[in-house]
Amino acid sequence: MTSSVILSSVTFVYGLAGFLYIFAWVFRKPAVGRLGTGAALLGLAGNTGGFFLRWAESYQLGFGRAPLSNLYESLVFFALCIALVYLVVERRTGNRTIGAVSMPLAFLAMAYASLSPDMSDRIQPLIPALKSNWLIAHVVTCFIGYAAFAVAFGVSLMYLFKRRGEAASAGAMPPVETLDELTHQLVVFGFLFLSAGIITGAVWANSAWGRYWGWDPKETWSLVTWFVYATLLHARLTRGWRGRRIAYLSILGFAAVLFTYFGVNLLPGLHSYQSMGQ
Amino acid sequence: MTDSTSTGGITDAVWNLFASIQLTITLLLSLAATSVIGTLIPQNAEPAAYIARYGENLFRFFWVLGLFDMYHSWWFQLLMALLAANVIVCSADRIASQRRILLVRRPQFRAERFRNLPEREEFDADRTPAELEAAYAPVFSKGLRAVRVERTEAGFLMFGENGRWTRFGVYAVHLSVVLLLIGGLIGSIYGFDGFVNIREGDTVQQISLRGGGERMKLPFAIRLNRFSVSFYETGAPKEYRSSLTLLEEGREVVNKEIIVNDPLRHRGISIFQSSYGSVPSDQAVLSFTSQATGMIYTREAAIGKEIEIPENLGTFVLRELRHNAAFRGRSVGDAFVGILTPPEGPAEEIILPVRFPTFDRMRRGAVVIAVEEFKERFYSGLQVNRDPGVWVVYTGFILMLAGCYVTFFMSHQQLCVEAVRRGAKTRVRVAGTANKHKPALARRIQRLSQGLKESTPS
Ligand code: HEM
Repeated sequence: MTSSVILSSVTFVYGLAGFLYIFAWVFRKPAVGRLGTGAALLGLAGNTGGFFLRWAESYQLGFGRAPLSNLYESLVFFALCIALVYLVVERRTGNRTIGAVSMPLAFLAMAYASLSPDMSDRIQPLIPALKSNWLIAHVVTCFIGYAAFAVAFGVSLMYLFKRRGEAASAGAMPPVETLDELTHQLVVFGFLFLSAGIITGAVWANSAWGRYWGWDPKETWSLVTWFVYATLLHARLTRGWRGRRIAYLSILGFAAVLFTYFGVNLLPGLHSYQSMGQ
Repeated sequence: MTDSTSTGGITDAVWNLFASIQLTITLLLSLAATSVIGTLIPQNAEPAAYIARYGENLFRFFWVLGLFDMYHSWWFQLLMALLAANVIVCSADRIASQRRILLVRRPQFRAERFRNLPEREEFDADRTPAELEAAYAPVFSKGLRAVRVERTEAGFLMFGENGRWTRFGVYAVHLSVVLLLIGGLIGSIYGFDGFVNIREGDTVQQISLRGGGERMKLPFAIRLNRFSVSFYETGAPKEYRSSLTLLEEGREVVNKEIIVNDPLRHRGISIFQSSYGSVPSDQAVLSFTSQATGMIYTREAAIGKEIEIPENLGTFVLRELRHNAAFRGRSVGDAFVGILTPPEGPAEEIILPVRFPTFDRMRRGAVVIAVEEFKERFYSGLQVNRDPGVWVVYTGFILMLAGCYVTFFMSHQQLCVEAVRRGAKTRVRVAGTANKHKPALARRIQRLSQGLKESTPS
């Protein structure tokens, strides 16, 4: 079995986990929620296994390298981080409703990687500019950060949903204060990793091109994202910016994350994964 | 805040403005919003390209706003300067107002502060306070600083704390932001950013600067000894490698092979492998075939060097190498152009396409000239720059990550154990307070309380 086969099946396991979490939440069936956790754990195991298998496969092809260098591989790693961050949150809060908004995101990332027709899952050797340990540090830290922001986004949606009215299904969710606090904690965690991601990216750019910052669109968008989350952290320190406005900022921040990740390729520039070489 | 500034109303107002988080939020959101503009409008392109894209009027408007190099425009730099002022004033203001918390060597403790805290544990022990004190002191002081024990009428109090310094974490983050801006400024004032293409075997000392194309002389010369490029089976490039020698006043001072991601640094100047290409060399081996005798003579030729053709067939000199030369309107690729001067008769211009060795036969002259050997020469595209601000920036990076970690995950905790005699028993209360991370504090209090219970002498 090759890694792409395993990873495509993980797509469905994540989809199933998301479905079970939603079902358990809407119909208030805790037992189904536990099944959801089982599926999420299975998916995470498969995702991690597929990741390392792909790494091993690159060695068999004669140019071993970490599988973190094109859009397909980054999506696989993104899904892995989302599932991992979510499961840690589930363990710490003991609440599975957050799975209903988190696991669908992991599913979407994997589905985009495995099902999109113009996605190449071929294992390509690295072009010279990408041969750097800083690149690995850069991708790993960025995507851990993005995953935390993704889960924070889900939690913020729940917060707004719960604040809008006491829908029957809202009862199973954690109280709004907990959701607010959780958003903050996830953003704090994500902010540290995003900072580390931008910094390792800058160090890598400096070692490859002799400049740590060049205002190219990808760099700029990551800075925009960073500004949005820095705003969120400071807004929480001033009175009156709890709750709803924080949730909106967290959603805005995640929109910036998505644009940094996908949208920038539509803009003029040289940072997209395909054309990053010199 | 401080008395010195309260004299002037305006100074005060300005200080308060720059100390406010409202201004921070405004600035951060403005920076985020305006940064986006520069990703929608390609930066630093030719004016002609902009006019073609936006039309003349919009072009003028964007030009006035500096949107074609907006990250260096006065208003964007002003926003960043305001952010720096904001973060400096705000931090100074808070450090000043918190100095009694931040800068004390021996902190004061008051027992009343701990009596009604929500985070506390209580239990009864079957011993006198004096007996407990001896047993508890080592357990309590583990991992705490500034530990103090006070006797009270009915028992004792123990105070201690740790992590007071973590309150500085956020100031480290704020300082790091200032360092990044200063480092960037140093780089843009004292640094340069240039590039140079060097052909194999050549030595250069002049580079072109980016943005404007001015030339600059380096304090050393760079010689490219060899360039090589290797490919994967897929055809994708695997490695570019330039073997460089640096010369100072003709002396070789450094030898190094550089590849992408592994530059050469000398005297604060860094040389990066950036691109490559090939230029046809201006040397060739030519063959001269005499139509009369059928003899073939080969000669090394270089541009401008006159060659005497044997059998008294005249002289030949290469004039230039023409890229994409045309012959009667058809492209023949790279070709040498030379002048053949026969012993009598007029000189004529001859085209020698590199790829078609039999080309000159068509001329039906007394001698047929062909390019026998012709080597392409690689050139290596090097990026050459100097950025003395980079270490300030890197210090900022480290400070930012360390500061964020400290701020986000550590806290200043204060703990208090109070023992009060109640008949035969002693009531023990463990309480504490922290500037953040209350759950972690609650766990710590539980652990401490458990530890004290276990160390109660039986
Ligand atoms: C890009 C610039 C800035 C960055 C990256 C930054 C970063 C941070 C971070 C990470 C925190 C900790 C937040 C938390 O504990 O949740 C913080 C707190 C804070 N920041 Fe900033 N900051 C910036 C600019 C500013 C500015 C301009 C001000 C000026 C008013 C400011 C005022 C504060 C204050 C008052 C706190 C709270 C400190 C405390 O908890 O005692 N920050 N900042």
